[in-house]
Amino acid sequence: MRASLFIACYNDTLFPETGRAVVHLLERLGVNLDFNPGQTCCGQMHANTGFRAEAFSQAKRFVRLYQNAETVVIPSSSCVAMIRDQYPGLFAELGNDSLRNEFTALFPRVYELSEFLIDKLAVEDVGAYFPHRVTYHASCHGLRALHLGDRPFRLLSKVRGLELVPLANLDRCCGFGGTFSIKNAAVSSAMLETKLHDVLSTRAEFCAALDNSCLMHLGGALHRRSNPMRTIHLAQILACTGSTPAEAFA
Amino acid sequence: MSGAAGGSIATRSSDPVLDPVRALPFPEAALPILHNTQLRTNVAHATDIIQAKRARLVQEKSDWQALRTAAAAIRDNVLQNLGDYLEQFETNCIAAGGFVHWATDADEARRIILDLLRDENASEVIKIKTMTSAEIQLNPALEAAGIHPVETDLAELILQLGDDEPSHIVVPALHVNRFQVREIFARRMGLPNLADDPQALTAAARAHLRKKFLSVPAAISGANFLIAETGSVSIVESEGNGRMCLTLPRTLITLAGIEKVLPRYRDLEVMLQILARSATGERMNPYTSLWTGVVPNDGPQRFHVVLLDNGRSSILARPVERQTLRCIRCAACQNACPVYRQTGGHAYGSVYGGPIGAILTPQLMHLEHAQSLPYASSLCGACYEVCPVKINIPEVLIELRAQVTDIERKQATRVFDPMYLGMRVANTIFSSAGLFHLAQRLGRIALAPFTRKDGWIHSLPSLGSRWTVSRDLRGLSKQTFRDWWSVRQKEKP
Repeated sequence: MRASLFIACYNDTLFPETGRAVVHLLERLGVNLDFNPGQTCCGQMHANTGFRAEAFSQAKRFVRLYQNAETVVIPSSSCVAMIRDQYPGLFAELGNDSLRNEFTALFPRVYELSEFLIDKLAVEDVGAYFPHRVTYHASCHGLRALHLGDRPFRLLSKVRGLELVPLANLDRCCGFGGTFSIKNAAVSSAMLETKLHDVLSTRAEFCAALDNSCLMHLGGALHRRSNPMRTIHLAQILACTGSTPAEAFA
Repeated sequence: MSGAAGGSIATRSSDPVLDPVRALPFPEAALPILHNTQLRTNVAHATDIIQAKRARLVQEKSDWQALRTAAAAIRDNVLQNLGDYLEQFETNCIAAGGFVHWATDADEARRIILDLLRDENASEVIKIKTMTSAEIQLNPALEAAGIHPVETDLAELILQLGDDEPSHIVVPALHVNRFQVREIFARRMGLPNLADDPQALTAAARAHLRKKFLSVPAAISGANFLIAETGSVSIVESEGNGRMCLTLPRTLITLAGIEKVLPRYRDLEVMLQILARSATGERMNPYTSLWTGVVPNDGPQRFHVVLLDNGRSSILARPVERQTLRCIRCAACQNACPVYRQTGGHAYGSVYGGPIGAILTPQLMHLEHAQSLPYASSLCGACYEVCPVKINIPEVLIELRAQVTDIERKQATRVFDPMYLGMRVANTIFSSAGLFHLAQRLGRIALAPFTRKDGWIHSLPSLGSRWTVSRDLRGLSKQTFRDWWSVRQKEKP
């Protein structure tokens, strides 16, 4: 199976360890992975802040770059949600027929990481070993835009050594919201405080998610409090085996 | 909450200005509220309870999603044929002995209502279930004309006596707890020994209101639904005070937004099921009133309906935003919203707070005011998930953000605004992988002075300070993913 990795601009820059973990994981599962160095951003930040023309130019770029890809896999549910929920409107309003057709053809071949593993590769046990106490934060986009459902939990339940601690109020936003965290910094911080209370109550060693954006928010607050709990992308947990421990992707 | 039992307690977080024209932008209005621990505790507690009740009752309906779909379809049909249904309603209401008035805006609606009350020589008017009257700022206009409005909904009464304003569409005094209610009632009703249990408080309110029900000759109500085929009006409520207002006075004036109409009586089958469950977490609300025109010698003998546009018809023409008008004011989106949970309704500067307010108010204001509201959301989607008429609120929020941006970016003052500048620079960077790669390297150099030995950033200037106000940021890695990939490709045999 061939797949093209869209890493997402912020993962590329701020969380390269997630990308390395995705590569190790998917290659271990026999996927022939390629990375198109022409990629930048899906346009989500611009779209959600109201910069529609700019978002459209990045959407166009994405579609042109991946029009020949067999499958696109993205370890960021909010970027996939951008493509699924907002690209159709952008192309309908600003695109021409040929662009719309290219997008329509590409649309079903774009997968979020846990969708790719479970729906496309039909694998739940990826052979991971992660002997730690972990809680899982369901990001809003994964939960309500992509309807990932129990996919992340099915993957986590097959990880050897892992103790999963349920997180209370799983469906409540952490308060990140992209530029919301800047434009409404005080309210965003209050939401973060509420979320952190639930996260810390789990007494887990790691808080995992399928979105580094939420984890950047939660991890930044944990570090501010000098709390030893660490944030980790699900891909990093799944990439760990007995011979390749977590440190390889830290 | 026991500490709140003694002395005079301010229920207001600051000075709530529920007038979108005068209100502070959302981020500024929210600041003092975030320091009001009592208010935030009250809001979180109340919304948690309503949400849990709603979730239980929605779960027991196996056809809930089908009901949502049916409700959205009923409302969409109304919006597509609004003129026809309103004319039908008018014809049938008049045939049943009512009068129908059309108000283009808040000013005209106030004038119509004032004229009707002057005809009655009313010096007082009792009011029930009318958030729309707050939308048109009716109470100050009544007071100025020498007509004292008496709120008869228990929550509205609490707010009126406490010199406060609604913070929720269905539970307007949701931000006030019962100890605070006791304090307000004791002070304003002259009952120094009033107890703080719910029975004592409702008994005090009942005694206070009963006199009014029996003596005031005119009432103003809102409307949950107008029925086109019969000319009927419907109101749902929990206390029965509405029924008093609807039956005892000589004259009844109903103020309704033009979107409140339903084609047929039988549409209530769907709407009442979803409304009660979504609004209060009940299978059926305790009181459902439905009346048609005037019945000789039974109930009000003069009945007026004021149909209010006030910006609604301009929303109809817009394909994405039109769904806003499906709203049946159940407030499920407010209860589910993690932003509203922190601030309550006052920060939204309008009687319509929470997610629905964030999309409705700027549109009613033609985006000339309340431009900060579309940004008062993390786009988490909880509102859309619970909306019984399937309003895709995040979609409308993003549409409105685009419109606000299109207006603001033309303003000279925005040229050097850090957010606008940053967005333009980011767009240039994202337009080329080479520029993006360069920006990654320059970013690492630029952030180096702020990065501590442990590799974390604790403080940033300008817009970045809004991040570091409560969170650290991990410094940029020495090797980006694309750098790692390119090294790895070269090393491959």
